[in-house]
Amino acid sequence: MISIKNLHANVEDKNILKGLNLEIKPGEVHAIMGPNGAGKSTLGNVLAGRDNYEVTEGTVVLNGKNILEMEPEERAREGLFLAFQYPVEIPGVSNLEFLKASVDSVRAHQGKPALDSVQFLKLAREKCKAVNLDQSFLKRGVNEGFSGGEKKRNELMQMMLLEPSLCILDETDSGLDIDALQVVAEGVNAMRDANRSFIVVTHYQRLLDYIVPDYVHVLANGRIVKSGGKELALELEEKGYGWLESADNGAA
Amino acid sequence: MAEQFHAQQLALASEQARNPLLAELNAAGQQAFAAASVPNRKTEAWKYTSLHNLLTGDFQRTASQSELTAELREAATLGNLKAPRLVFVNGQLNNELSDALALEQVTLFSQANAAQQALISQHLGTVLAQAADNKSGSAHLFNDLNNAAVNDGVLIHIGKNQRLEQPLQISWLTTAEAQPFSLNGRLLMILENGAEATLVEHYASDEQQQNSFTNALTELVIGDNARLQHYRLQLMQEDALHIGSTHVALARDSQYNAFHLGLGTRLTRNDIVINHNVGGSHCELNGVYIPQNQQLLDFHTCVEHKVPHCTSNEVFRGIMNDKARAVFNGRIHIHPQAQKTLAQLSNKNLLLTNTAEVYTKPELEIYADDVKCAHGATVAQLEEKAMFYMQSRGISKKEAEVMLSFGFINELLEALPHEDIASVLRPLLARRFGRDQSLSRHLLENDISGDNA
Ligand SMILES: Nc1ncnc2c1ncn2[C@@H]1O[C@H](COP(=O)(O)OP(=O)(O)O)[C@@H](O)[C@H]1O
Ligand SMILES: [Mg+2]
Repeated sequence: MISIKNLHANVEDKNILKGLNLEIKPGEVHAIMGPNGAGKSTLGNVLAGRDNYEVTEGTVVLNGKNILEMEPEERAREGLFLAFQYPVEIPGVSNLEFLKASVDSVRAHQGKPALDSVQFLKLAREKCKAVNLDQSFLKRGVNEGFSGGEKKRNELMQMMLLEPSLCILDETDSGLDIDALQVVAEGVNAMRDANRSFIVVTHYQRLLDYIVPDYVHVLANGRIVKSGGKELALELEEKGYGWLESADNGAA
Repeated sequence: MAEQFHAQQLALASEQARNPLLAELNAAGQQAFAAASVPNRKTEAWKYTSLHNLLTGDFQRTASQSELTAELREAATLGNLKAPRLVFVNGQLNNELSDALALEQVTLFSQANAAQQALISQHLGTVLAQAADNKSGSAHLFNDLNNAAVNDGVLIHIGKNQRLEQPLQISWLTTAEAQPFSLNGRLLMILENGAEATLVEHYASDEQQQNSFTNALTELVIGDNARLQHYRLQLMQEDALHIGSTHVALARDSQYNAFHLGLGTRLTRNDIVINHNVGGSHCELNGVYIPQNQQLLDFHTCVEHKVPHCTSNEVFRGIMNDKARAVFNGRIHIHPQAQKTLAQLSNKNLLLTNTAEVYTKPELEIYADDVKCAHGATVAQLEEKAMFYMQSRGISKKEAEVMLSFGFINELLEALPHEDIASVLRPLLARRFGRDQSLSRHLLENDISGDNA
């Protein structure tokens, strides 16, 4: 699905990712945990192609294609999706027109038939229901005045509409109460299949009770410093990250 | 150049002015206009707004009635807006499209009865004279010209505690004629105490290359506790020359809420002057300008806080494309006795090309100490965060730019109290931003899916 090799990246001339390796096969769910400032969101932004995130070394191959030279919209059309840690508010642009523009361009690229306005509205309403968002959110400005949880559910709705092959969820669980967390988890689980992979960035082991990962990685200081099965998340919950960071520093 | 224009306009004015009721105003106007000098680059209020395109015109005549094309008929209905209307074509009332004279509140100066004539004599020209000083330059010679030439006009009089259910639409349309022509439009609206109404003042034209100069002057007298919702829409073809002034007098606890829209032409200059004359009045002044090509579009606004306890909130947004130039000058003048004033002004601008220009200047003059006053003007490109968010969803950079630009002004459209008017304007503006249909096709999704939602 995606193969990340020796990835180095700078943000505003500051070196954040320092040789990150990650291999994800179709259908797998990988959780990434790690202390604040470790570079988790940076990884998401770099993969999605944000302008001021500069890759200085390494390769990223998605479904057989090198994506590092692609514009963000091309990556999205190739099946990459980033659910933002802090979704952007865009007053004046309605959620519905935003979603339609997005789905139209991705479907066109993938050779799927276009949806007309009526078909699309029907589909969008279904997805609203699936993430427990009122339909009135479709007519409002993109994320405008949405609560934290509503923004996250809006991200999830976009993911469902776009049917990406690689979903990166950046702390989608932060700030959610347990009910909302379950809605998100159910949404993700419903989308799990043999051809779709997930990178789930989280601080909290509790999400992983609902979305059970195949692998858990610890990202610290710009690299994956430890990988394991789902039991690693429990261990991290207990011990924190200190022991790993010092181990990493010792090795470096 | 300026001399010829000046002489021609003066001659036309004395030819037109024939209404005995207005004789005094005409005489004063002619005198003032004859004495005034035409602004040039050194005139502060016209520094960035060249009159070149106006002064080089050869206006030897006033307008005459013209055949209506289907296109113009359509434009006159403003998307079938449910509104009694008066439609002027090249300055002449078109009887077929006009039905508002049936209302007791609406008449023409030329048809006014004795009571209405008394109102005209009492008010016409007086709001214009209220601006305390002329630092904003809004008491310019084009107002004198209008006074000099006015022969007929629209009087709207809403009686005490009356409320007009439907908006009232006054349209001034022009057509392309064989010879260049000029016309002076005049509107006087009086809302008595407790009255409420919506006025849609609409300027448009056919799609041919226009060769007219419209000099429009509107005076709005808003009584105690009265409320006016005003739309002033400039939707002319880009060769139309337009100078328009709006002067508002606010009495106790009254309200003026306005939305001014300028699409842009070779020359459009707007002056808006709000006079807070008695305490408790509030004004909500919003506007949008979106010039393109080589257009020049100027808004000069001036809010006069003359008395204590009034509030004003002004929001103007502009998007400049191609080689267009916009000028925004927003003056707030708080007089020494105007304590407890709350005044806000925000002007945000977006430049879509590096050849487009905007000159924005908030101008605060505060002589009272117990007031709250906030103002801000920005000139920016589109926000990176929002661009990335849209692109990360597969939307092309170009389409994202169009959607964000439109969103920038759509915010103000969404705040309009009349959804039927907003939905007439939205497609019109959408077309402006996505001149390439593939880029604007998603802008109206809310409207398209509207009714079955
Ligand atoms: N846009 C940015 N400009 C400057 N520094 C940034 C930016 N984004 C992230 N950083 C820095 O990069 C480091 C990693 O941040 P981030 O990837 O957000 O960490 P995490 O998501 O793991 O908490 C931090 O030191 C942060 O301050
Ligand atoms: Mg983060």
